[in-house]
Amino acid sequence: MLVNQFLILGALLFCMGVYGVLTRKNAVMVLLSIELILNSVNINLLAFDRLNGGSDGNVFALYIIAVAAAEVGVGLAMVMLIYRNRKSISLDDLSEMKG
Amino acid sequence: MVLASDIQVAQNVGFGIIALMMVLAGVGVIASRNVVHAALSLVIVMAGAAAQYVLLAAEFVAVTQVLVYIGAVMVLFLFGVMLTRAKIGKDADLNNGNAAVAAPVALLLFGVMVYVLGKGFTDQELPTSDVRPQYTATISDLIFKPYLLPFWALSFVLLAAVIGAIVLARKD
Amino acid sequence: MFAEEAAGEAVHAAGWFLEHAWLIPLIPAVAFFLIIFFGKKMPKGGSEIGIASMAASFVIAAGAAYQWIDLLHHTEEPEPITKTVTWWSSGGLKFSIGQQIDGLAIMALVLVAFISTLVQIYSTEYVRGDRRYTHFFASLTLFSAGMLTMVLAPNMVQFILGWEIMGLCSFMLIGHWWEEEANSRAALKAFFTVRTGDMGLLVGTAMLLAVFGTLDIGGEGGINALAAAGEFDSKNMLMWTAVALFIAAIGKSGQFPLHTWLPDAMAGPTPVSSLLHSSTMVVAGVFLVARLYPVFHIGLDINVAGSHVNLIAVIGGITILIAAALAFVQNDIKKVLAYSTVSQLGYMMMGLGVGAWMPAVFHIFTHAFFKCCLFLCAGSVAHTGSHHSFDMKTDMGGLRKKMPVTFITWIVSTAALCGLPFFSGFFSKDEIIDSAHANDYTIFWIIGLGGAFLTTAYMTRATYLTFFGTPRGGAAHFVNGHEDHSHDEAADEVHHDVDGLDTHAHGHDDHHAPVQHGKPLPFAPDDSPWQITVPLLILGFLALVSGYLNAAPFKLHYFEHWLESSIGLPFGEGGSAVPEPPEFEWINAVPSILLVAAGFAVSLYLCKAVFGSERSAFKGLTQRNGLLGAGHKFLVNKYYLDALYEGVIVRAIAHPIAKAAYWTNQHILDGIVNGVGIGGKNAGLWVYRNVDQRVVDGAVNGSGATARGAGGALQPVQSGKVSMYGALLFGAAAVGALVLVLVNS
Repeated sequence: MLVNQFLILGALLFCMGVYGVLTRKNAVMVLLSIELILNSVNINLLAFDRLNGGSDGNVFALYIIAVAAAEVGVGLAMVMLIYRNRKSISLDDLSEMKG
Repeated sequence: MVLASDIQVAQNVGFGIIALMMVLAGVGVIASRNVVHAALSLVIVMAGAAAQYVLLAAEFVAVTQVLVYIGAVMVLFLFGVMLTRAKIGKDADLNNGNAAVAAPVALLLFGVMVYVLGKGFTDQELPTSDVRPQYTATISDLIFKPYLLPFWALSFVLLAAVIGAIVLARKD
Repeated sequence: MFAEEAAGEAVHAAGWFLEHAWLIPLIPAVAFFLIIFFGKKMPKGGSEIGIASMAASFVIAAGAAYQWIDLLHHTEEPEPITKTVTWWSSGGLKFSIGQQIDGLAIMALVLVAFISTLVQIYSTEYVRGDRRYTHFFASLTLFSAGMLTMVLAPNMVQFILGWEIMGLCSFMLIGHWWEEEANSRAALKAFFTVRTGDMGLLVGTAMLLAVFGTLDIGGEGGINALAAAGEFDSKNMLMWTAVALFIAAIGKSGQFPLHTWLPDAMAGPTPVSSLLHSSTMVVAGVFLVARLYPVFHIGLDINVAGSHVNLIAVIGGITILIAAALAFVQNDIKKVLAYSTVSQLGYMMMGLGVGAWMPAVFHIFTHAFFKCCLFLCAGSVAHTGSHHSFDMKTDMGGLRKKMPVTFITWIVSTAALCGLPFFSGFFSKDEIIDSAHANDYTIFWIIGLGGAFLTTAYMTRATYLTFFGTPRGGAAHFVNGHEDHSHDEAADEVHHDVDGLDTHAHGHDDHHAPVQHGKPLPFAPDDSPWQITVPLLILGFLALVSGYLNAAPFKLHYFEHWLESSIGLPFGEGGSAVPEPPEFEWINAVPSILLVAAGFAVSLYLCKAVFGSERSAFKGLTQRNGLLGAGHKFLVNKYYLDALYEGVIVRAIAHPIAKAAYWTNQHILDGIVNGVGIGGKNAGLWVYRNVDQRVVDGAVNGSGATARGAGGALQPVQSGKVSMYGALLFGAAAVGALVLVLVNS
């Protein structure tokens, strides 16, 4: 197997994730796309790990999974809070930063 | 001389099928007009990723992926969908009109990455000796010796996330 | 024979209490959890656990002190008794936790445990019926655990641990009555200000690790030993380490210019002010300098021949004078004491800065007793005499006859604070001033003398306003209306039974009658209850006698003997040695005694003139004389330092980040965009007027319009839409990566 197979798969998933983050309006969908990005990073880490014959990448991948779990928890809690206050989770409505 | 065992036909075929599945499901995640369908597509992507981890000889991460992502995170997502009363069924209002900006950005990123990867790792083979003795024990040794400090930091992150999620989401 | 003695010494090396000193912080730490989890169900709301744990700590600390003194009979140069267990290790570095017991640590342990016990007893009466009674005791106990942890820290990691626990408890206790916004603001202010200094502690600790390669404080191969032996690469690096650590001490000990949090911290309940913000926590900064004295002594060139100033002495000296001056214009009795604390901490710092390690540490010891006593007296007056008001001008006066115990202990402690001969403060403060003179720090000798004058003067003013003259406001009600008093008391009890816990929590000053719950002592029937007066009597007694542990005029040097091994540097001349304390001679004490007397006389005369009943030219002087009025206003506004911090620094921290981002967006980004347009326009106008109106006219207007147009065109980028910002971010990253690839290939 070529290492590039995995790396290009990771890159493809990453770019799909970026596209999703940019085009989705619904906050939950944005979080879903972020998961896509995190998974692509994990694939890359494990592929490099296999290439170099260590096990460190495995540890990093595990840590990323844990961080992702934390991120989803907090992210969804924030979405819930926004929904409760505004009855909407459309990110387009959250434009307090408009210049 | 290239032996059949070096090419690893079975693995390559497996990789191809799983990768195709993952890409199709990924398209589902970012393009579906239905929130629940998108979430279920993400399950396929994650399961596919777990399968890829097995191909990369990382069983432990694969198992964790299944347990944590598919088992817990996805349930959380479905709850999120349910509690924010998203439409179950088609929802025309899921996307903003930014596809015209997002597509070039994503394509540019992809182009750069493919170019770099192609140059950097032209046709490097992964090692074929796929049996690593004491694999899980090695990982635990790594976590609790050189990577102990990040592990601690991570535990604090999780604790903070738990408390933060409760504080944010509870009604008082 | 000799060998046998040596063996005997080894056996005698330490006793049970010294070996188990790590129990001293552990007991309150456990007690904290017990109070938090079970306190509410206990008959006394958890206070009994707190008091018992503090008493147990004190017993062990006292036993350790006894055994330490005993140990000194058997050996000339005692080693600190160090015991550690590895807490965690990472990358070859071991971080341990444990104890390091020497004279300095034992002194602080005894002090903290003893004063904590008394203050907790006092608090059972003072905050009785409070809605967060249990939490109050839990926080007090945790605070003590933190301070004790810090005091016996064998390494910097444990030191930081204790230091931060104290910071947290200080925040919780200042904001104890957070329903009033001023209190929660004061708590935040204290927290942020001290945190500013704490950055110095973290940076300094990291630098210690870089300079010495270890974080252990004492023992062979510890920071102190290495610094004293000169085993470091760069003197410059050591100097910056000392500066960073000293910034932490400035923040914690309320030194200029970070002193502004301490007077505001008086928003907390009086026992808190008394324990944390006068006698124990705020000396942590001084303790840090004393603990790592070799680092500061060598790093900042203290006592090097020919040097007459250094950072520590300068900061300490400035603090003495400005805080004492501020104490004059305060009407709140606790704020007078707060500024007095700042000023006395300045004395300790200055003492360390002029090489007077021993007097400075001794001043920590004596100051703790009399300042704690003064605060508790203030609390007693407010609790019983003045309707929970701390305003000396409107609610006090003439209380001396009604509250004899409070009055006498106040007078004794004040005398000690002013440094009247034969009271404890004299033996410590005068030693500091004397050492400054003997070590050739003439400027700081004069500052010390001036501080003694100011101290006496503002304390005379406070005493006069509180205990003499005609009773006013709440005090008048208390002194004159005794018949009503019992009636009110009964009514008040009923009041408390009805809506019980709310009374204290809400308006601590909206009572209409003095509050007394417990029984007063028999010989002082109108004074505060015994829970308040007994700690006062004990502390007042110690304010009188504690100075005799190291009374230079009487050749008593016990304290010096017990602590001298903790300096980490030899006594003597030259090199890095600390100079011997000067021989005491009464002639050297004459200037300070005279100045104290002068301060007393001048202040008494002014007080009689300004606050007395007879008419006087001094009344309303600040209103009539412009120059004095301006000075008064300058002092009342605390040199406008608060305005500076609030307006410029804290504002940026306290406001939510979103707001800051919004502000940046509005003012800076738009400002730049609009500024380009405006600038272009103005440039155009300038050219229009000054060069050639007719020829360049059209072109200039065109450029102005173009600039404005560009501004307008850029405005949509600030759409406020997250996805647009994200697109810009990823797009920029992609372009950046592309550029990198193209450049490198």
